[in-house]
Amino acid sequence: MTVSMPSSVDETLRLLSDDPAATILAGGTDAMVEINYEHRRPASVVSLRRVNELATWSIDGGTVRLGATVPYVEIMNSELAAASPGLAQASRTVGSSQIRNTGTVGGNLATGSPAGDTIPVLAALDAIVEIASVRGIREVAVVDLIVGVKRTVLEPDELIVAIRFPVASGPQEFLKIGPRNAMVISVASCALVINQAERSVACALGSVSPAPLRCGDAEEFAAANIDWTSDGIRITDPRTLETFGSMVADAASPIDDHRSTAAYRKHGIAVMARRALTRATTS
Amino acid sequence: MTDTSAGSTTTINPPATGVGNSVDRPDASAKVLGSFEFSNDLNHERMLWGATIRSPHPSARIVSINVAPALAIPGVAAVVTHHDVPGSPVYGLISHDQPVFASDVVRYQGEPVAAVAADHPDTCRRAMVAVEVVYEVTEPVVDLLTAATAKPVHPDGNVVRRVPIRFGDVDAVGDIVVEGTYEMGMQDQAFMGPESGMAVPAAGDGSIDLYVATQWLHEDRDQVADCLGLARDDVRIHLAGTGGAFGAREDVSFHVHACLLAQHTNRPVKMQYRRDESFLGHVHRHPAHMTYRHHATNDGRLVKVECDIVLDGGAYASSSFAVCGNAARFAAGPYKVPNAVVNASVVRTNNPPCGAMRGFGAVQVCFGHEAQMDKLAAALDMDPLEIRLLNALETGDRLITGQILDGVAPVRECIEAAAAFPLPPISGNDVFDQPGGAGRTADPLAVRRGVGFAVGFKNAAFAEGFVDDTHARCRLENGQVTLWCAAAEVGQGFVTIVRQIAVSTLGTDRVELMRASTADIGSAGSTSASRQTYMSGAAVLKACEEVAEQVRLAIAATHDVAPELVTIEGGRARTIDGRVDVIVADAIADVRFEAELRHMHRETYPLDEETGQGDCDVTWIFAAHRAVVDVDVELGLVKVVEVTTGQDVGVALNPLHVIGQIEGGISQGVGLAVMEEIITDVGLVRNPSFTDYLLPTMVDMPDVRITLIEQPEEGGPFGAKGVGETPSLSSTPAVAAAVRAATGLELTRVPIKPQDIALG
Amino acid sequence: MTSTDTGHTYRLNVNGSDRVVDGSWLGESLLYVLRERLGLPGTKNACEQGECGACSVLIDGVLVCSCLELAAAAVGTDIVTVEGIGNAGPTDGNGLTDVQRAFVTEGAVQCGFCTPGLIVAVHDLLDDNPEPSRSETHEALAGHLCRCTGYGRIEAAVEHVIEIRRD
Repeated sequence: MTVSMPSSVDETLRLLSDDPAATILAGGTDAMVEINYEHRRPASVVSLRRVNELATWSIDGGTVRLGATVPYVEIMNSELAAASPGLAQASRTVGSSQIRNTGTVGGNLATGSPAGDTIPVLAALDAIVEIASVRGIREVAVVDLIVGVKRTVLEPDELIVAIRFPVASGPQEFLKIGPRNAMVISVASCALVINQAERSVACALGSVSPAPLRCGDAEEFAAANIDWTSDGIRITDPRTLETFGSMVADAASPIDDHRSTAAYRKHGIAVMARRALTRATTS
Repeated sequence: MTDTSAGSTTTINPPATGVGNSVDRPDASAKVLGSFEFSNDLNHERMLWGATIRSPHPSARIVSINVAPALAIPGVAAVVTHHDVPGSPVYGLISHDQPVFASDVVRYQGEPVAAVAADHPDTCRRAMVAVEVVYEVTEPVVDLLTAATAKPVHPDGNVVRRVPIRFGDVDAVGDIVVEGTYEMGMQDQAFMGPESGMAVPAAGDGSIDLYVATQWLHEDRDQVADCLGLARDDVRIHLAGTGGAFGAREDVSFHVHACLLAQHTNRPVKMQYRRDESFLGHVHRHPAHMTYRHHATNDGRLVKVECDIVLDGGAYASSSFAVCGNAARFAAGPYKVPNAVVNASVVRTNNPPCGAMRGFGAVQVCFGHEAQMDKLAAALDMDPLEIRLLNALETGDRLITGQILDGVAPVRECIEAAAAFPLPPISGNDVFDQPGGAGRTADPLAVRRGVGFAVGFKNAAFAEGFVDDTHARCRLENGQVTLWCAAAEVGQGFVTIVRQIAVSTLGTDRVELMRASTADIGSAGSTSASRQTYMSGAAVLKACEEVAEQVRLAIAATHDVAPELVTIEGGRARTIDGRVDVIVADAIADVRFEAELRHMHRETYPLDEETGQGDCDVTWIFAAHRAVVDVDVELGLVKVVEVTTGQDVGVALNPLHVIGQIEGGISQGVGLAVMEEIITDVGLVRNPSFTDYLLPTMVDMPDVRITLIEQPEEGGPFGAKGVGETPSLSSTPAVAAAVRAATGLELTRVPIKPQDIALG
Repeated sequence: MTSTDTGHTYRLNVNGSDRVVDGSWLGESLLYVLRERLGLPGTKNACEQGECGACSVLIDGVLVCSCLELAAAAVGTDIVTVEGIGNAGPTDGNGLTDVQRAFVTEGAVQCGFCTPGLIVAVHDLLDDNPEPSRSETHEALAGHLCRCTGYGRIEAAVEHVIEIRRD
């Protein structure tokens, strides 16, 4: 077994090109569990600890560019929180302080779990993932990156280097159900992103489908029923909120498992979506 | 300042670290520094690692086991199977029905089939995969209600025990009758320090030392020696630092496996379970199905309690026999019940084996009888508190076993104390004050507050005629007290209170408690049943008092006064003329005083097999809990806001640590109420991890307010009773009652899941 | 089946000392290396999947679960464990920091298996935020499972340290 500690993206990409089977280690919060429990027995590991350029972020005009290994804690506690309140809220629900200190959005995406907390927010933000390899850089939408339960379109020699998404221009909400009040895997989650400038609504769900899920019909319905004014957004008919919740739940395709039931997940999604839109349109 | 010369007349007060003081734990400094040696911190330069190969199936025939591929891996030193067990092939706490290694069939997922020793944990893991076990999978028996008549899971049959209780007029009928069926899921003890320890073969003589985190050293020794085919003295069990227990360390786990590997390799072998293995490798709290019918008069007095209880014991008996006895005896709750018909049974299935956990059978029935008391109160339009006070047990009452409750029984005081705390204010807007917490799901308009009440009781110490003894030795020499007792310190604080007892009797805090070991002294019995303070505390007290008596006689002889003119009190020895007034421990130099004794509580008797009648208990412990919850009724998420309690403790020897026991017990009760459950699917455990077996975190833990009810109990040291299990009895039903009050739902099963509320 | 490749040597900086890790399999977590190779068993292993907090250490001043750190990829960092948490500040005659002393006197220790991780975490919390609100304390320490205490005395210990540091 080997462990490499490159100090630049270029060096990392060369290592991955030479050894595409290598396990990429970012925060370690997923990969190390697999190694400790021998679900993964890597012949080689490429640690990103020293690749400082991956751990930086910038806000340029209306776009956030988030390096793949920026830890959750920084998203919660920096200017990023104002630029992306939904992502900050989702980050706050991830694991414990220790996990938020080390876990990364790049890792959340690369693992591609249906329960990945930041994925619904990124899906609702239409976030673009920058993927690099020695062959160059390609860009993939988050909803196209993850294609099934822990399955992505990443090639073995590819590395997520950054995620780009627009600076918030309107209310953002993230709600997550877990049977414990902290440090819990999501039973169901719901992200809502409203773009006031574009008068658009985006809603995405977690833990209720194999891959990231947008709720197109519900989004269009909400956008059409919001009273868009320059000093805020309102929904005048409360039935709109209820209908929105139902439409979002209709988009979900949850399963029964040891964490919850499909019926409850669907119900919870309807309630969370309704509450999210209520908050977004009354604050 | 200390004058230790004989005949000193210096007046010195004993240190203020005797009983009744909140003395620091003697091991706390080491624990905060990280230098306390836990069982998995053991190390030896020649050490090998051991690991257990377990059945992936809940029910299967073993066709073949081929260990050769594992042995071929460099670094693998030994692989042992059932062929290598020289003594008894089976072990167990009460009946010896559990194989050291499965030979012909496996009866639960995780049943040990082989064990391996190797140079590195990772080599062990490779070897575990390399051992070829061919199984022929068979249909598991998993339903507790039909298990009794299903195909036998074990040659001993599928009914481990039935306990009928027939008390009073079994045909009595009340003015009002309420019925209910209740269920409890499988809770795990989930101690923090996984099973671990080290077996060290002695050079030459075939004997062996096992350092292990356990609750009962001598019982372990007897079982291990029998399986190894060794004389009991040739197995020495030493207590290693124990990271919690809560019942799960009462059964033997890896003990025999580690010893066999050590014998086969002639090297020390260390074993430690990973968390997933720990979930499979120890017994759990019995899941229960309970059907109740309560009869009462129109003014709310209980007339009769009828109850059918079925407990799922899983594949092996463990302590199921005794758990079932407890469930039956405490099925009616701490109430005056003139007539009772109880049928309790514990069945065998291919589910995970169940055994001891804090509260031991009384927890399950407390959930049932307390739900029934609320139902009765509602049917009679009475206050839940009022109906409990009206029926509260008192000293002198007859229990449903026919036994007279002759100990201290402050049921009324417990109830009144728990109810006396002012209700907490409406919660603030902080996310962690809301149901749903960090997930930020709560909508204040959907949050309802509920208040619930429950009372519970059980016995302390062993019952039903089980031998219950403990041994202690006290030595005093030149002011230094040395104590021996094999009571297992698992975190509860025995090591603290024995020192306090020595201070209060001998006047010095120069006290050393030796490491518990079967090599040095007789059994102390198990650290369970809330019994170590009551039993081993009493034994240590007696030993110290015997030494004090020897000192008294020595003072009399030395100072040439009549023995009756020398008094010992509060750690000081005085002659009546005031010539001598000294700390007992410092009274006589250069003489070794020593006392060793065996202590037993009063005799108990088995329950009659037909009627369940008998004087089977020694002493009883009581508590009442009030829970306040906020429930998001739409999403079914719960925030337990506060739990108040009045708890009967006899006398608190160390109030701060009694509070710690109570808060910890309540946290386990809260967990059982709203989140903790081992989920099985056709015998397979679906959540053997802290990712999916959820324990309350600091965010989930309610505020706890406690009133200690102190009424000295005869037979306990300084009047102390056990305190460990009581907080786990009625905290769960109190939370459940509060959630019912908030939601208006019946909620007949714990843990209550969000879907039970949201879709209920 | 091949055997585990345990021929690797590297160096870690732990509690201010340069330590050689010898004969290591590179898949070993920092938790394992601290406990089994460097003689620092104070860091506890209760879950090995980042769910309990017992193995908490500081890496370059950041609180992490050592079970989720590949030891060989921690080369070049500054690692502080419970054994070294008192190195940087004042301790009493028994070598206890204010946090450690408060855990002792407030009854925050029972079995003690979660304690070392909490000691490291409480130092980290209070060094960053000397007066956390109750809610901030709860959120910061929610990753530490304790099965014995119900957290009441742990919280009391934290409050005690906040108070004495205020004075």
